[in-house]
Amino acid sequence: MSGLFLAPSLIGVLLFFVLPFLVVIFYSFVDNSISKQFVGFANYVKVFQNNAFRTAVGNTLLFSAIAVPLAVVLGLALATLLDAGIPMRSQLRSAFLTPLMVPIASVVLIFQVLFDYNGVVNEILVKFGGAQIDWLKSSSGLFVIILLFLWKNLGYNMILFLSAMGNIPKDVVEGAKLDGAGAFKIFWYIKLRYLSPMIVFTTILSIINSFKVFREVYLLTGEYPVGTLYMLQHYMNNTFASADYQKLSTAAIYMSIVMIIIIGAMILFENHYGKDLEEE
Amino acid sequence: MTKRAKRKAFVTKVCLLFLAVVTAILFLTPIVLTITNSFMSASEISSNYGVIFQNATNDGKTYISETVNLKFIPDMVTFSQYITTLFKSPDYLLKFWNSIILVVPIVVFQLVVAVFAAYGFTKTKGKLSAIVFFAYIILMMMPYQVTLVPNYLVLNWMNLLDTNWAIWLPGIFSPFSVYLITKYMKRIPVSLLEAAKIDGANEWQVFAKICVPICKGIITSCAILVFIDYWNMVEQPLLFFSDTDKYPLSIFLSKINAGEVGLAFAVATVYMVPSLLIFLYGEEQLVEGIAYQGGVKG
Repeated sequence: MSGLFLAPSLIGVLLFFVLPFLVVIFYSFVDNSISKQFVGFANYVKVFQNNAFRTAVGNTLLFSAIAVPLAVVLGLALATLLDAGIPMRSQLRSAFLTPLMVPIASVVLIFQVLFDYNGVVNEILVKFGGAQIDWLKSSSGLFVIILLFLWKNLGYNMILFLSAMGNIPKDVVEGAKLDGAGAFKIFWYIKLRYLSPMIVFTTILSIINSFKVFREVYLLTGEYPVGTLYMLQHYMNNTFASADYQKLSTAAIYMSIVMIIIIGAMILFENHYGKDLEEE
Repeated sequence: MTKRAKRKAFVTKVCLLFLAVVTAILFLTPIVLTITNSFMSASEISSNYGVIFQNATNDGKTYISETVNLKFIPDMVTFSQYITTLFKSPDYLLKFWNSIILVVPIVVFQLVVAVFAAYGFTKTKGKLSAIVFFAYIILMMMPYQVTLVPNYLVLNWMNLLDTNWAIWLPGIFSPFSVYLITKYMKRIPVSLLEAAKIDGANEWQVFAKICVPICKGIITSCAILVFIDYWNMVEQPLLFFSDTDKYPLSIFLSKINAGEVGLAFAVATVYMVPSLLIFLYGEEQLVEGIAYQGGVKG
């Protein structure tokens, strides 16, 4: 009987995700979709050696390597700020959360006004004796994309951290205060200790979100961004356009293997750490 | 506390508040600027931003300032851009309508499918159910680079590319809401459901009269999260629609040609309104929904 409740979702997931994914696996091992000759790992070698693929992977990793630590640390900083007993807490929280609601497409125009070659940021730079930077059409574009990414995602991470902070036992903090521990010591030795599972969770969530970076680049700089902004999704789009199913499938499999490793690491950590904290 | 310590605490708090307020203003600036700029006339926009959108002023009549001029408050507030957007250029209205047509069915039906599935997962015990649920979690976390390929193959096979179904179907069966609602439903005490059964309620009544009402809050949270995700969508229409007339506003906005920068601010503002309204009324649910995602295990 309860299987009946599951049926619609199961059928949909099988039809649109799982079964075609098996086809994707199959495609990654054959020479083309018509003759279907088994070629072993030839496609994997080809995609791995492909320059565009390497550039896309490299750029995406570079973006993640910079954006993820910032997203976690600044998210934690915002949460700590709101948790410090300052007034207007709920208004401030709303302000930090608003970007999450706003579609990227709606603010792209303002970001163009700010970061154009003749834009506001350059004007300020020049006033202070700097040189104009062509933000959106040079490698500095990465900086703008990271800014946009943080602007949109920090609120989300902040909420995750705030919820974890709510679960820190009050008596432990009060006890430390009575023992004369300062705010910094309490944060470093007590709060961080309780927050560490959430820090790992947020890090992994941010890594996953950072892989999705494309929208921002596409909306801000158009279909053909400069080299450093050529992301994995750009590679996929171009491969879609050339209808090369073998390349497409192989790249998707590479990506899913990386994702499974990351998700596996997260679950292992949760199992380990979750127990560790419960035992105390 | 001594007087000095009190004073020190007070100063720290003032500094922190100042820092927080400045950050909050920075966060809101792009949104506020977009909204205020939408009330500028076309000529004010081109005199302010002419340098940036140079090909904008092809008639050569408007004065182009040498420097960019970012303004929070328009010299003269006018609704002309809105009037053009809403009444004179049906293109924008059409794209806005495209967005609604694409997003609303996904939100509604993803939740319907998910509520049923969540009940199914809650009621079925055992290894198989746990493994399937785990597969849902993995699928949920996969980025578009992975999921769009299988989606594309099926849609192509079903001849649904270039129809709205290409966006609807994968969206409706996307496992996000199933995951979140199941996590919540599993916390409902079994004794409550058992008691209802003893009182003579059948499975359907237990589901519809007890489980669903209890889950109202999390269902609203899911609806908001799913809405903002799809309202912002870019990747799927880009790949599944070859006809740009079908594009939602989220993509079309970036394609508005430079000559209509003034209009673009108004369109961008109109596009924000639904999500900002939802935020105004559903902030608590949104926050709860996000907080509930913390920790992947059920």
